[in-house]
Formats: sequence, C-alpha cells, structure tokens
Amino acid sequence: MGFLHRHRNLTPYLLLGPGLLYLALFFVVPLGFLAYQSLESGNFDVGYSFTWAWGNYWDAIKNYRGHFIRSLEYAGIATILALVFSYPLAYWIAFRGGRWKNLLLLFIVAPFFVTYLIRTLAWETILADQGPVVSVLRDVGILGHDGRLLATSTAVVAGITYNFFPFMALPLYVSLEQIDGRLIEAAQDLYASKWKAFLRITLPLSLPGVVAGTLLTFIPAAGDFINAQLLGAPKNHMIGNVIQSKFLELTDYPAAASMSFVLMAAILIMVALYARAVGTEKLTG
Amino acid sequence: MSTAAAAEQRLHSNALSSAWEFVKHHVLTVYALLAFIYLMLPIGIVIAFSFNDPKGRFNYVWSGFTLDNWKNWDGVPGLRSAMVLSLEIALIASLIATALGTLIALALVRYGFRGRGVTNFLIFLPLSTPEIVLGASLLTLFLNLTIVFGFWTILIAHVMFCISFAVVTVKARLIGFDRHLEEAAMDLGANEWATFRRVTLPLIAPALLAALLLCFAISIDDFVVTYFNAGPRTTFPLFVWGAARVGAPPQVNVIGTVIFSVAVIGMVANVLVQMRRERFAAAAD
Repeated sequence: MGFLHRHRNLTPYLLLGPGLLYLALFFVVPLGFLAYQSLESGNFDVGYSFTWAWGNYWDAIKNYRGHFIRSLEYAGIATILALVFSYPLAYWIAFRGGRWKNLLLLFIVAPFFVTYLIRTLAWETILADQGPVVSVLRDVGILGHDGRLLATSTAVVAGITYNFFPFMALPLYVSLEQIDGRLIEAAQDLYASKWKAFLRITLPLSLPGVVAGTLLTFIPAAGDFINAQLLGAPKNHMIGNVIQSKFLELTDYPAAASMSFVLMAAILIMVALYARAVGTEKLTG
Repeated sequence: MSTAAAAEQRLHSNALSSAWEFVKHHVLTVYALLAFIYLMLPIGIVIAFSFNDPKGRFNYVWSGFTLDNWKNWDGVPGLRSAMVLSLEIALIASLIATALGTLIALALVRYGFRGRGVTNFLIFLPLSTPEIVLGASLLTLFLNLTIVFGFWTILIAHVMFCISFAVVTVKARLIGFDRHLEEAAMDLGANEWATFRRVTLPLIAPALLAALLLCFAISIDDFVVTYFNAGPRTTFPLFVWGAARVGAPPQVNVIGTVIFSVAVIGMVANVLVQMRRERFAAAAD
C-alpha cells in the first residue's frame, strides 16, 4: 500500500500519457506543420521554402472569398433546416416515445450506417432529372419543364441537411428527454396555454441541445466538399472542394494550408458570434 | 332513397372530419412518420438498387430485378481488396483507440489532477475540427517527414480521430459506476491490478464494447481524412468515390446494404436486450 500512496498522484498521468501523447503527435504537431506550410512560398517542382509568406492568407481570402461565403451560407442554411426539421421529431420521441424511445432513436441513427458516399449517391438518384421528385415539381410548375435539381445549390443544401441530421437530432433529443414533465404540467395548471408552456418552459430548457446540435452540424458542414462535388455544379463548390483539389490535384500546398486556417478562423468567428447571441438571449429571456 | 344518400353523405363527411380530427390531434405523430420516411428514403433506394439490373454504366434508373449483383458481389475489380483493407483498418484502429480512450476516460472520471482543463480541451478539439483540416494537417506532417503513404498512414489517421469518440463514450458510462464495489474488493485483500481485472473491467465491458463499435463504424465510413492520407491504397469509401466518377456499379449498393444490415441488427438486438433487462428490473421492484 505504501507504493500506492506514494504514486497515487502519478496514476492519472500514467493513464493519460499514451492517449494524450498520441493526440499531441498526430493532431497538435500536424496542425503546427500545416501552419508552417501555410507560410511557405515556392511550388511543387522547385520545392517550398519558409518565407513568412503572409500573402498566402491574403490571396486565399481575395481569390476565394466567394467559396468561403458560400460554405458558411450553405452550412448555415442546412443547420437551420436540420434544426427546424428535427426539433418536432426529437420532441415527439422524447415526450410520446414511451418505452419505445430507444428503438425510435435507432431510426434516426440507422440511415447513417450506410456509407456517407453511398447515401449521397442515393440522393443523386432521387434528385436526378429522370427521377420522381423532379417530375412532380415540373408537373406542379415549381420547376420549369426543363428545370433540374441536381447541380443546383438546393441539391447541395438538401444533401448537407440530410447527411448531418443526427448530429442535430440526437443532442436535441438528449436535452428534451431530460426535461421534467411536471414543470410543463405546472405551467398548464397555472393556466398557460400548451403553446405558451412550450415557449416558456420546454424551449428554454432544450436550449443546450439546440446549441450543441447547431455546433455539431455547422462545423463539419462548413468544411464539407462531398455534397457539393456529387450533387452540385462547379458554381456550387465550397471551400472544401478548393482545399481538396489544391492539396491532392494541384499540389499547391501553401495556398491549401492557408485556406484551411482561414476556414477554421471563419468557423470560429461564426461560433463566437452565435455563442454571444445565444448567451445574451438567455440573459434577457 | 334520398335519406339513404344523405345518410351516406353524412357518414362520409363524418369519416372525413374524424380523419381530420385524428390528424389534428396527432399532427406530431404524422410529422414524425413523415420524418422517418425522409430519413429512410435514401436507404430504401440503396437497398432497392442493389437488386437493379442496370442497362448502362450508371445505376440510376430502375431497369429490372436481378440477384446477380449479390451473387457476384466481388465481380468488380478492386472491390474485395478495398473491403478487406477497410475491415483491417477499422478493426485495428478501433482496438487501439478504445484502449487509449479508456485510459484517458478512467483518469478523467476517477482522479483529480492538474491539467484536467487542458486534457478536456485536447479531447474536444479534434471533435470540433472540420475533417478536411484533420486530413490536411496529417498530410502535411507525412509529406514533410517524407513518410510513405499507405496502410500505416491510414491507420495512424483513423486512431487519431477515433480516440476522442472513445473517451466520450467510455466517460459517459463510467460516471454512473459504483465505486463501492472496487473498495469492497480492495478491503477483501485484492491489490489494485486484481481489482481492476476482476471487478472494474467486467463492469465497464459494455462501455468498452460501445466504444469499440462506435470507432469501428466511424472508421469504416471515413472518407475525407482517408482520402488525404491513403496514398496508393484504396479503402471501401475511396473505392466508391473513384467508382462514382465513372458510374458506381450495383455491387457498391450490395456492400452498403450489408454494412447497414449488420449495424442495424446489432443495434436492434442491443436495444431489445436493454428493454428486456429494464422490464425484469421493473418486475423485480
């Protein structure tokens, strides 16, 4: 027991050691390399050299502003759509699911065990020009008779909304499920209408889930390039498409590296603005 | 005659209005049903088109039922080796990540130590970094150290993005753990290692299994990070990506359907066992 007592405060570090070392080596250090590479100049043939080339960042923003804005816009719209679509569903499972709750949750998670790319290809089939959706929309006149869905921003946003749906629905469900039903009953006993009880009790209490879901959806969505590649046209390409092609096809590493950091910065700014908005709303509400 | 017709009409409008009443009372239920259909629609397409007999290269239009794709599931060059690589990587990566993640989770839940905030931050950060940045930064690391891309770079990448998921999963289950059981073992003369092996490990086994399965699922589905770090090797998602450009063969849907079915059967079994256990527990009370 003497051994244990002497080394008691060392145990946690021994437990943490291997995992944190791994993350340091293959997550933190690579980010350092990415930062280093983003400030290099030169090209693939003559080689790159570190020159504090801050111009890379300026060029990234100047030349690809449209892609950055489009990424944030698509991700933002998809996040809002996912929130609006999944809230009633999460609510229904949490309050009406009874003992089938876990089985119903499965229906939300299950589709995501079909490989991401295959799922997106399935949407390509559904939204195809010969497909049922397009023909119905053409018949009722929402689309012109040669209008299409594929290769439009609508298809890309729809794909993103679908692909990140559980990231929104699951945190929402968790926060709704924790709400004590007696609080809502109490509100109704005190003559609050159902709607008012929802607005004043349920909605504020589910806010942590809304915040978590929004972040979990928005962050990966802003960096996505698969939906834009498979469901969109080049005019719908997001910054992820540019980063991907600069890294893997054009071997313009410094430009691609600086874009990665601009993307992270853009996401951080959006998240900070959002956190601030939600925070003040909570304070005043 | 006319009274009969009037009665019938009344009956009809009654049926309609009661249907409307039902919908009004069950708006949420109807909505949830529609939402589940939306979530399952692409999966239905994937499964259906695994039985399609496409006339050209593109498996987008239904042109007849066949079992050939299932019989010749590896009739496409490269598909079998891609699947084997994906399974190997997913198996090894989920084992390593779960081991490292469990140790971190034990440290976080069991011990107070300096640096807890930094640790939590380091675990959280990879979860909130866009995949494209994770992939790109590892790529620059390997490029700058002139490491040969292939099996090992894919494995390193997969362990990296799985660790945080393993930590979060195991931590969630460890929090409700009754520490008195371990104290009892120690009081009865078991040393720390024996206690861990005989008491702790069996108790946290379900958490380890959950983490393993989650890591396996994430690994086998990963496209973006793998795409950046695979070099000449091809995993199943990379195979789908390559095939999508020239028309994905229906065999891709076969594999997608198999992965989906295995995951869903596993999850349903898990949920049913849980429900049964809860019922027994309730009956025992």
